[in-house]
Amino acid sequence: MVELQNVSKRFGEVQALDNISLAIDTGEVVAMLGPNGAGKTTSISIMLGTRRPTSGTARLFGLDPRDLKARARIGVMLQESGVPGMLKVAEIVSLFASYYPQPLKTEEAIEIAGLREKSSSLVKDLSGGQRQRLYLALAVCGNPDVLFLDEPTVGMDVEGRRKFLQEVGEFAGRGRTVVLTTHYLEEADQLAKRVIVVDRGHVIADASPASIKARVAGKRVAFTPARPMTTADLDGLPLLSSQVNDGQVRLLTNEPEAVLRELFRRGVDMQSLEVSGADLEEAFVAMTHHEDGP
Amino acid sequence: MSAAVTQMRTASILPMLRKQTWAEFIKLFRVPAFSTTSIVLPAMFYAFIGLGQAKQPLFTGSHVTFGEYFLASMALYGVANVMVLGFGISLANERGQKQDLLMQSTPLPAYVFFVAKALSALAIAVLALVALFALAAGAGGVDLSSTQWLALTYRALLCSIPFIGLGFALGYLAGPNSAPAVTNLIYLPTAFASGLFFPLHLLPQFLQNLAPYLPLYRGAQLVWDAVGAPTEGGSLMTDWLYMAGFTVAFFALALWAYRRDQGRKFN
Repeated sequence: MVELQNVSKRFGEVQALDNISLAIDTGEVVAMLGPNGAGKTTSISIMLGTRRPTSGTARLFGLDPRDLKARARIGVMLQESGVPGMLKVAEIVSLFASYYPQPLKTEEAIEIAGLREKSSSLVKDLSGGQRQRLYLALAVCGNPDVLFLDEPTVGMDVEGRRKFLQEVGEFAGRGRTVVLTTHYLEEADQLAKRVIVVDRGHVIADASPASIKARVAGKRVAFTPARPMTTADLDGLPLLSSQVNDGQVRLLTNEPEAVLRELFRRGVDMQSLEVSGADLEEAFVAMTHHEDGP
Repeated sequence: MSAAVTQMRTASILPMLRKQTWAEFIKLFRVPAFSTTSIVLPAMFYAFIGLGQAKQPLFTGSHVTFGEYFLASMALYGVANVMVLGFGISLANERGQKQDLLMQSTPLPAYVFFVAKALSALAIAVLALVALFALAAGAGGVDLSSTQWLALTYRALLCSIPFIGLGFALGYLAGPNSAPAVTNLIYLPTAFASGLFFPLHLLPQFLQNLAPYLPLYRGAQLVWDAVGAPTEGGSLMTDWLYMAGFTVAFFALALWAYRRDQGRKFN
């Protein structure tokens, strides 16, 4: 349904994608994960045909993605795209619906995006989160077979994000294919059955969220130190990764007992200590960390 | 409905064009800075410059009044103004807000988008003409034959077509911040230099020499002729041919600017 074959993309000196091949089937919900600049947005743009690959081919429903017959069956939410501020929500949804051969009813698309109370507001008066919902309404109004969401929850608060993902999940439940890029990793965990990890233009993993988590046997150690710590205080510990910020220390390690023993020996006084299995985010950090290694 | 039964087809063009045109129209109309300057400004110039001497003959012995002559000038100024500003500034703004990014991924054919923009700007131009005509006939006592009203209307609207191309080109060449300044810097001086505000013979010699190569000058001859006012000379056919030439040139420039912009953004 969505296919990239040996796709490479070069922007001047930068190799954004390096020989990526992947296929996404009907009904799959796929998350593309990766740090900023990994090539997620470039991949999506090539799947949509808004960018052309330097080499390789992209296919949508077996067609060139620029073919309007293919475009008529997809819905898209893009990062940082704009919409006319002087149209009302219902007006622009109904306008976009007219671009598609078998659209949803305007009210239905607005309902799916949870924007009913705002349907007669001007677009320019929407908050950031409401604007993202409008983009969702515009993406689903054509009753698409495939939904492309490029970092859809940027700028939303926690509650907004949760509800938003629920709405996307419900739409996906109608047998639609969803391709989502994100660096909020819990989004991938919550929504997707398949996670494609992209780093520096390469696919470094393509598996279920559970199996990606299982690849990293590490444990997470988190605590709040009584006295402020710096990364220098962690020198010499057997860590896969470490984060020290806002008085919180988060460590990923294969040897939690040894790490804690050494920290206690160094006289680190800690509160709210937690040791748990790595979540997807840490698995991901560890995987891309290995790639960065010498 | 299951995804599998969806057929490979696109939506029909006419409803799409109708909705897009309406949307483009209200987008323009709801921006007061645009709708008032487009619709009210020509009438305002007419009130300030034309009304006081509307009944006087254009020159001694002329059967055409200054009011009729200046009405034709402002009709052309007004419609071309809508095209240059409406396209130049709104397109540059839309690009600045990356509205083209989302449109690119929809099945809306690019030509429908542009035709809709042109039709909506023509509708605003008609409103500007209605306001101007009402003022000229009501307060200025301008009394043209119905043939003359009709000729003035269609000639002014035909003459606005090259400016659609110019507006498109400016919209793709100018940045969102510079677009208002650039369009005004180009448009207003050429309106003066074409003799729309003051008779040409009052302008410096070099402008008089330049004027015949300006699109508004050629358009001015056509609208002045429509109300029976004397032109600067030359045949009307030459003026029509010039306008056709400007149309081709400006649309070619617009297409080049559009392709350049697309190449930058989407390659």
